[in-house]
Amino acid sequence: MGFDMERFVAMGGLGGGHGRHLGIGYRAHGEDWAELALPYDPRLIGDPASGVIASGPIVAMMDMATSVAVWLKRGVFEAHVTLDLRVDYLRPALPERTVIGRGECYRITRSVAFVRGIAHDGDPDDPVAHVAGTFIGMRA
Amino acid sequence: MSAPRTAIGQAMVLPPYAQWLGCSIDWVEGHPQLVLPFGDHVMGWPGLLQGGAIAGLLEVAGIAALTHRLAQEGGGRIKPVTITTDYLRTGRDQHATHAVGTILRLGQRTANVEAVAWQEDRDRPIATAHLNYRVLRG
Repeated sequence: MGFDMERFVAMGGLGGGHGRHLGIGYRAHGEDWAELALPYDPRLIGDPASGVIASGPIVAMMDMATSVAVWLKRGVFEAHVTLDLRVDYLRPALPERTVIGRGECYRITRSVAFVRGIAHDGDPDDPVAHVAGTFIGMRA
Repeated sequence: MSAPRTAIGQAMVLPPYAQWLGCSIDWVEGHPQLVLPFGDHVMGWPGLLQGGAIAGLLEVAGIAALTHRLAQEGGGRIKPVTITTDYLRTGRDQHATHAVGTILRLGQRTANVEAVAWQEDRDRPIATAHLNYRVLRG
């Protein structure tokens, strides 16, 4: 396979400043999916009354997990841009829990990649968010 | 850090995440507008804003707009239900990014907000978001 996930992670591919500052890390991957983790951090709270983290960091993680899923499915790294990304918040992530983001690329065309994924805080059958989005390849 | 004031004199406290992002409020004609200076912590590809940071800024703009309006209507809490972000242009490191949320509807139970982010030119937005919230009136 042309896209080497371990090498990508080792080279800091997830580490572009934002991911590194958020503490986003690699967990697992397959032929068309990747799983990342976002540790709980009180600095990321979006609702002080409940201690629930903001949606921004979850969007960032899901953007990265689904991006990597595209490269895994294509079997090659190809620069692309996010066209759109929708996040449905199914329930709040529990404070103190690490949030796991699993992104999947379920369809690619020459220039468009369609992705979906879930975020959960321990039980994949009880997700906190569902995402759907598209990427556009930058190849001419 | 001095707390920004709403038009009716109450301090608007942005959530910790907004401070982590490094954004602050500009009051423009009585409406809260967000400013996010570039920094390593919001960078994705070298020299470019990360999409998640842009989505986060749009979210904060939505929260600010709703918090401001709800404060005028007796208070309340909001919970995000769906957020859809469209990426229109690349955000670059030479510029700060601005964002503002426009409330399309604030009802008893739900709120619909459109947020837009831009850098140099407001007529050339880099991203927009549709944010739908559950509203819990105070």
